[in-house]
Amino acid sequence: MSAHPVASTLRGFSQALARTLVSEDAAHSGGVLQGVDPRAKLVGMLALVVASALAHRVPTLIALLAVGVGLAVASRVNVWSLARRVWLVAFAFTFMIAAPAMFLTPGIALWQWGGVVMTANGVHTAVLLVLRVEAAVTLSTLLVLTTPWMWLLKALRTLGVPVEVIALLAMTHRYLVLLAETANQMFESRQSRVVGKLKGAEQRHMMINTGGVLLSKTMAMGDEVYMAMLARGFRGEVRLLTEFRMKTRDWVAVAALLAVAAGAVVAGR
Amino acid sequence: MHDTQHNPESKTPRMTEFEARGLHFAYEGVAALRGLSLTVREGERIALLGANGSGKSTLLRMMDGLLFANSGTLKFRGLELNEAALGDDKFALGFHRQVGMVFQNPDVQLFNPTVFDEVAFGPLQMGWSRDEVLERVHKALEWIGASHLKDRAPYRLSGGEKKRVALASVVVLEPDVLLLDEPTAALDPRSQSQVIELLGSWNDGRKTIITATHQLEVLGEICERAVVLEGGEVVADALPQEILNDTALLQRANLVHVHRHVHDGVPHRHSSPYLHHEHQ
Repeated sequence: MSAHPVASTLRGFSQALARTLVSEDAAHSGGVLQGVDPRAKLVGMLALVVASALAHRVPTLIALLAVGVGLAVASRVNVWSLARRVWLVAFAFTFMIAAPAMFLTPGIALWQWGGVVMTANGVHTAVLLVLRVEAAVTLSTLLVLTTPWMWLLKALRTLGVPVEVIALLAMTHRYLVLLAETANQMFESRQSRVVGKLKGAEQRHMMINTGGVLLSKTMAMGDEVYMAMLARGFRGEVRLLTEFRMKTRDWVAVAALLAVAAGAVVAGR
Repeated sequence: MHDTQHNPESKTPRMTEFEARGLHFAYEGVAALRGLSLTVREGERIALLGANGSGKSTLLRMMDGLLFANSGTLKFRGLELNEAALGDDKFALGFHRQVGMVFQNPDVQLFNPTVFDEVAFGPLQMGWSRDEVLERVHKALEWIGASHLKDRAPYRLSGGEKKRVALASVVVLEPDVLLLDEPTAALDPRSQSQVIELLGSWNDGRKTIITATHQLEVLGEICERAVVLEGGEVVADALPQEILNDTALLQRANLVHVHRHVHDGVPHRHSSPYLHHEHQ
């Protein structure tokens, strides 16, 4: 029996999430961003994310997205995988929020059906929102994919982020992995016990039930993860064997990223 | 001052490691421990026996300073383990350096991207020098026979490998007390033997090892003293063989069950696959 499309999608997503978060393959693949000091990369990429949030022009957002794609290619991040796992998901969620704006924003009518009017201003607003989210998510994802998670936490700590926030992020990372792994096992277990084809309503009911149980299970496991970290002396401070050292290359990188971000802020007004 | 007792074999005084008095603990109203009292001395190898829900894991977590009693006291070397004490960074670090715990589910314990990082996590938290961390991690990986796995992601390991890495990630700190929650559960026989052999090779006679288990077949190899828990209380505390011979106790504590079957035309009554069985 073939799996329900929702279950299949969630399973694929959970497997990809577990693989990406745990293996950190991209973080060790030796590309451009991987070679930059995590602190420089953090500052530079966050500046680009802020610039995306502040931009009010479509060409500026497209340019920022293009910068993201260029950095992905230079950092040996699979763009096709990025498109499927990041852009499509971000588009689906943002479009749901942005779509009503196309009809609710006053302006010149582009299309009309009965009392429903799609306006040019509405479409512009929706496109801006979708592009802004796509650019910000792409740049944030690149930062996370090209930096080992603990390095990123240490970089955040050196920039003054409180210990409590770092502990929370460390926990969240492991929690997401557990969530993905548990979800995957639950879907497989469910599938192995289902005979025949379920009706749509039954499938949705099953998915909702599974989601509830999944949340309870992973919360309990999340507690255990935290205990296991405490048991080995974790107090929220990130300690690594690797010492961060800023080299000329890192200063150049952060300066370039900040310059692009500043340019985008000015151009995007 | 530490409470001491003479060890008849070594003739040297043995320090009290843990002293639990009237421990009560409940999870959201469901009692896990009901007035449990127990004393553990230095160098003892103890098995905590009990069925699921008997309070073994809860007791281990309290001994590791991860849970705190609703009432009663638990002391480690004379110092009470409570939220105030474990909330102090210096005390907590020192305590976790001396008392290590291997969790039942290795997946919750393995949260680093590589096996090497996993084993190095504890030493790094202790603030040891880079050279010391590297030396200890290499030693620990060699000890579990996993040097070749150092760059692998822990989540991609087999069950037995995960368990051994979890063990190494704790033993690398060279704690005085090791708490093990079902160390051989869900392992194939070969992996079980490997874990038991590792534990045997690690103990130098002065290490205290407390193992929670319901697997009676490994009892003789992991302890010299067996404590049976039932409903959050200690119901027996004796030599392993004495516990194994007390079938009524084991049945009451849900550690064995009686089943009957027939082979070769003779009805058999088994109390457990590893205890005696009798023909009827």
